[in-house]
Amino acid sequence: MAQPVGFFTDTTLCIGCKACEVACKEWNGLPDNPLEFRGSYDNTGQLDHANWRHVRFVEQTTKSPDKPIAWSMMSDVCKHCANASCLEVCPTNAIVRTEFDTVFIQQDVCNGCRDCISACPYGVIGFNSNTGTAQKCTFCYDRLQNNLKPACATACPTQSIKFGPLDEMRQTAATRLATLHAQGMSEARIYGDKEYGGLHAFFLLTDKPETYSLPSTESAVLPSRNNIPGYLGAVVTAVVAAVAGLIAFRRRGEAKP
Amino acid sequence: MPGEHFVVAPGWAWYILLYFFFAGISGGAFVIGTMLRLWGSAADAAASRLAFIISFPLLLLCPILLTLDLGQPFRFWHMLVDVGTGVPAFKAYSPISVGSWGLLIFGLFSFVMFLAAVGEGGYLRWRVLAGAGRVMGSALGKAFMVIGAIVGFFIASYTGVLLAVSNQPVWSDTWTLGALFLASGLSGAAATILLLSHGRRDAAVTDGKLMLADRYFIILELVLIALFLITLGGVVSKVLGGGWILLWLVVLIGTLVPLVAEWRPALLRQLPPVVVPVLVLVGVLALRAVIIFSAQA
Repeated sequence: MAQPVGFFTDTTLCIGCKACEVACKEWNGLPDNPLEFRGSYDNTGQLDHANWRHVRFVEQTTKSPDKPIAWSMMSDVCKHCANASCLEVCPTNAIVRTEFDTVFIQQDVCNGCRDCISACPYGVIGFNSNTGTAQKCTFCYDRLQNNLKPACATACPTQSIKFGPLDEMRQTAATRLATLHAQGMSEARIYGDKEYGGLHAFFLLTDKPETYSLPSTESAVLPSRNNIPGYLGAVVTAVVAAVAGLIAFRRRGEAKP
Repeated sequence: MPGEHFVVAPGWAWYILLYFFFAGISGGAFVIGTMLRLWGSAADAAASRLAFIISFPLLLLCPILLTLDLGQPFRFWHMLVDVGTGVPAFKAYSPISVGSWGLLIFGLFSFVMFLAAVGEGGYLRWRVLAGAGRVMGSALGKAFMVIGAIVGFFIASYTGVLLAVSNQPVWSDTWTLGALFLASGLSGAAATILLLSHGRRDAAVTDGKLMLADRYFIILELVLIALFLITLGGVVSKVLGGGWILLWLVVLIGTLVPLVAEWRPALLRQLPPVVVPVLVLVGVLALRAVIIFSAQA
């Protein structure tokens, strides 16, 4: 029986080679990116329908005169959240949870309403105007079904992207974190233990999540939080409007209709 | 800071803007038609009929616009039927899902009331319509209208909740959008009825009441605009900054000028009567435009 799987991405091992991006594009038949200068080695830019892996180059200035710029690199991907915002809002049930506990968009069901795009707090999902559907990382669902590792994890030369059973990956991450803390890297932290019920693609970071364009733990909230307040505000307004209508439209000594 | 997300814009543009606009007026017109029928006088029946006659054709535009906005328009029915199981697709916590069913149900109510209004008004002299028209005045007809008006309230407001149930900055940072779209939709509906009653002596007798109601709806809308801006906190600059302030000016003109014109008619006596309702409608459209577009910019 299939078991929950996970990616553990150790950003301290990422060298920015983009082998993961290339392997992902190769395996999934994703189109090339247009050539354009973005002012950075990060010429992928963002995750979208054509980029399911994105090696993020986070450039920061330092106080060191020898190294005025420091890079933090992170191979970003769909987080396959345990409580997924995209899955929550999808009105057609096109977004489903697989037997591997990953999040998958069924291309033959999606009708391109794009509600999932406005819900995903990680900016993962893109709209493919050729297919008219929302697309994102499938966690190489076809490879998982054939007992193969996802293409990105297979290609990663530094083992920054690790793949395996989720529990095993969490254990590996905890051990690595302890090692880094013992070496004095007190700023190292795991992102994805708590956020959205636990992410299936989680990260070892050396800075706060926002530096890597990841919402903080406090900001990791689901869209459904706004359902009750939104409808409640509308109900109160409806009642006030009905009273206003009663005052405006009431008969004033006129005949009944 | 809750709400700090890194969301991509869904690319909702003109179709969605027009859908929000027409859904607000359609739902609002049904509500006003019902309130006039329940609380108004015999003389208000013509304006009430006009409200019901407006509601249905405007509602018809809504699924067309929504379907055109889909990436796969021929899969519009996936909103209502789960392709995998063949059973109805319904998610109570997905406003698009609830709204799809709401549109279908409201379509039934607005269609029946459209026929009844046409029958009562004698616009089509079919016997079955005359019968439907007579039912409007009965207790059954009024119960039907009240249930339809509740769904109409929903149709005019849920579009705001739809935006809020996301992680998009601005939309998800406030609880006010459903309420604001409802107040604005009601104001737009009152303005549409006023605009169409112009030159029709039977419906125009209700103009005074409609203007009074519109005044209340505009005041409600202005209060909710203030609450909207207050609840946005730090992200308020996203909706007020740049060129968006021009759209807010249109919103203000579309609310304050009609408010003055309807409150103190002597001040703006020179204005042709159609100007005020047109200003309201432009303001209603501009409000939705600034909220939809600024958050995605």
